[in-house]
Amino acid sequence: MRRMSFARRVLVQLAHPVLERSRVNRRLIAAVRDLPGVTLHDLYERYPAFDIDVRREQALLLEHDVIVFQHPFYWYSTPAILKEWQDLVLEHGWAYGKGGTRLHGKLTCNAITTGGPATAYQHDGRNRFTMRELLAPWDQTAFLCGMRFLAPLVVHGSFRLGSDEDVAPHAELYRRALLALRDDTLDLSRAQQASYLQDALPPAPSSTPATAAKEQP
Amino acid sequence: MTDSVLVQAFIYLAAAVLGVPLAKRLGLGSVLGYLLSGVIIGPFALGLVGGEGHSVMHFAEFGVVMMLFLVGLELRPAILWQLRRPILGLGGLQVAGTTVAVAAAALALGVAWRPALAIGMILAMSSTAIVLQSLAEKGQLKSPGGQSAFSILLFQDISVIPILAVFPLLATSAAQTAAKDAGHPGWLQALMVLGAVIGLIAAGRYIVRPAFRLLAQTRLREVFTAATLFLVVGIALLMQLVGLSPALGTFLAGVVLAESEYRHELESDLEPFKGLLLGLFFISVGAQIDFAIVGDRPAVIAGLVTAVVAGKLAVLYALGRGFGLDRPSRWLLAFSLSQVGEFAFVLLSFGVSSKVFGSELASPLVAVVALSMVTTPLLLILLERVILPRVTSTAQRPADHITHQDEAVVIAGFGRFGQVVGRLLRANQIPSTVLDLDPNMVELLGRLGIKVHYGDAARPELLHAAGCDKARLFVLAVDDVEASTRIAEHVHRAYPHLKILARARNRAHYYALRHAGVQHIFRETMGSALEMAAETLHQLGVRAYTAQRMTAAWRRHDERALQELESLWGGDAGVYFAQARSMLQETERLMRAENPEVFREVEAEWDNDSLRDEVLEAVRAAGAPQPAAETPPAPETQPAAETQPAASPSAAPTPPE
Repeated sequence: MRRMSFARRVLVQLAHPVLERSRVNRRLIAAVRDLPGVTLHDLYERYPAFDIDVRREQALLLEHDVIVFQHPFYWYSTPAILKEWQDLVLEHGWAYGKGGTRLHGKLTCNAITTGGPATAYQHDGRNRFTMRELLAPWDQTAFLCGMRFLAPLVVHGSFRLGSDEDVAPHAELYRRALLALRDDTLDLSRAQQASYLQDALPPAPSSTPATAAKEQP
Repeated sequence: MTDSVLVQAFIYLAAAVLGVPLAKRLGLGSVLGYLLSGVIIGPFALGLVGGEGHSVMHFAEFGVVMMLFLVGLELRPAILWQLRRPILGLGGLQVAGTTVAVAAAALALGVAWRPALAIGMILAMSSTAIVLQSLAEKGQLKSPGGQSAFSILLFQDISVIPILAVFPLLATSAAQTAAKDAGHPGWLQALMVLGAVIGLIAAGRYIVRPAFRLLAQTRLREVFTAATLFLVVGIALLMQLVGLSPALGTFLAGVVLAESEYRHELESDLEPFKGLLLGLFFISVGAQIDFAIVGDRPAVIAGLVTAVVAGKLAVLYALGRGFGLDRPSRWLLAFSLSQVGEFAFVLLSFGVSSKVFGSELASPLVAVVALSMVTTPLLLILLERVILPRVTSTAQRPADHITHQDEAVVIAGFGRFGQVVGRLLRANQIPSTVLDLDPNMVELLGRLGIKVHYGDAARPELLHAAGCDKARLFVLAVDDVEASTRIAEHVHRAYPHLKILARARNRAHYYALRHAGVQHIFRETMGSALEMAAETLHQLGVRAYTAQRMTAAWRRHDERALQELESLWGGDAGVYFAQARSMLQETERLMRAENPEVFREVEAEWDNDSLRDEVLEAVRAAGAPQPAAETPPAPETQPAAETQPAASPSAAPTPPE
């Protein structure tokens, strides 16, 4: 049924080693968990021993048109299991290389939470590089696999987001982003160019959600 | 009578016990030791044994039969088929070539052509007993040279049949007398041989295996041993009945049973008998050398021995060259087969009785044959010390070996535990040798196409037969604590290179295995209990990955405790002490030792509370309102992550409320 009703099928690959202690990711997930047309796949829960089932993961990829990797930003990258996932699932001859065209045309992006504020992720900031620069390996991986790499959806400054109310606007933004991807209401070329995915979203129907970066000018 | 048998046994055993170790110590090899012992106790030295030597030798020849059975067990039909070219080509040419050469020499010495031909055939034979024993002792049986030697010996054994048939035709005068001996017309004879061989193969497949299964179920080792001997004796008798060489027949039976799951058990059962009988055989050969004849014409005998050995050696060397053996292998082949075999004794007396030649020719030849046997161990020493070091220096790589794949892993115990290990290896195409004591299991797995050998892994001979000397890993998965400990001790002592992975029943067993020198020990229920604990946590709502980490942390803690406690269990008395300790006490002690600190690590590694507090603290300290986050506070020099794996969590102070 999901297959019939939506323009695109969305897969959220969630990677959080201690989701039970998370403040932001847990709430983000709660906001999109029940969305029709969106499949949530919790990698650490599914593969506690990193025993990734490659065939199963590949089948899951084939069943979807949009792959969203949702994870906290650890050491400017993903939690370990996502690297393992990449190494195993994106096989030569399947995802890239000769005959590796199975992912061609799919959309992909990262949904990330960072402790530091947006200003830290600028050339003059503490982290010296922008989010897009730091995500270059993911960008290039998508490119090699023939996927369209969209700007990341980032919740910055997660340390200061402690309560439901703090996270609510971000959760709503995440939900809108997934819906736009699902329903094909996103300007894709803008989404590919932007620094943040939230910049490319169509205007919200009611309240104006803000990104973490622009939250407090 | 009983007395004299005992006395004889005493003399022979004493000769073996004293002579062989001495010879080995002097680097002469066991064969020469036996032969010399025989000479010493024989009629021409101490005279402790005399006329009965001949019958003893007949009896001892059964050792050769057993040896060929054992050789057959090592050779699966597929391997035998691989050897068809060397057997027929090399073997055929060796017999033909040597026969012609010796016959020509005999003719030149003035012997008539019929006896000359017969002598040629007799001297073409080599000694299976000496060659295989010597090669096995030097570990050369599976080398290219050793395999070629074996192929030739096999052909010689086969060719004994036609030689026996041809002899009466060579009889000079009363040819007819012996012809009657054969008894049956040629075609019937051939039919009987064929029938016996087919019967042997069929029986091996359809009768012997089920029979052994039944016997194994009785779990009476001596019955199994008796059955093994019964089998070999029976085959030998059957073969004699149809006129085949018993050695050849048992060899065939061995090949048929080489694929059976009882192979290793048969091997280890027969090994001691074979060894003793062969020893006896060599001693009786030594005792039989007629030094009276040698003393009469020492120069002639010495010349004959030299000529025969040199002639055979030349033919063999040429053949080895023709068949593309490298130089070391060629020399090994030529030197090892240069003696005349034990079958020559039989053929010589048969030749006399068939009137092919007279005893004036046969008696010196018997001495020549026996003396030629003595030369082999000496020649092999010469080969090893003088010739091989020179010819191998050419650094020629030996041709591809026709060896069996010796399995790298030996698994002892293929019950519920060992099976998992074995199946996983099998699934990854890692061959292993499996030993198990439960005949039902052996049979069941056999039906599933899994090769399991029946036998008690606690027996040193069986462990040896299973290839422990060549294996790399020994998986000890038997469930009996006592047996397991015993096997571990033995394997660790006898095969120090072999890494042991052992299953431990309980803590006491764990410590016993440690004491036995085992490094890798797995408590048998620990893995599944931990998995269950993890799932229990998971079912309680703990995230799977967290449950996994908690379990792993607890496991580390438990292993550490286990090792720390080892000293408490004490050295030798430890095992006993451990068993005496009541389970309840032990449980209580362990439960008391449980420490929530174990999980601090689990929490700390992912604990970003410390980092978060640090960040917020800095913000507060700066007195800045929330928006000041624009200028990042100092602590965020660390990679700003929502939660982050801090390198040293302890560096962060305990978070204030």
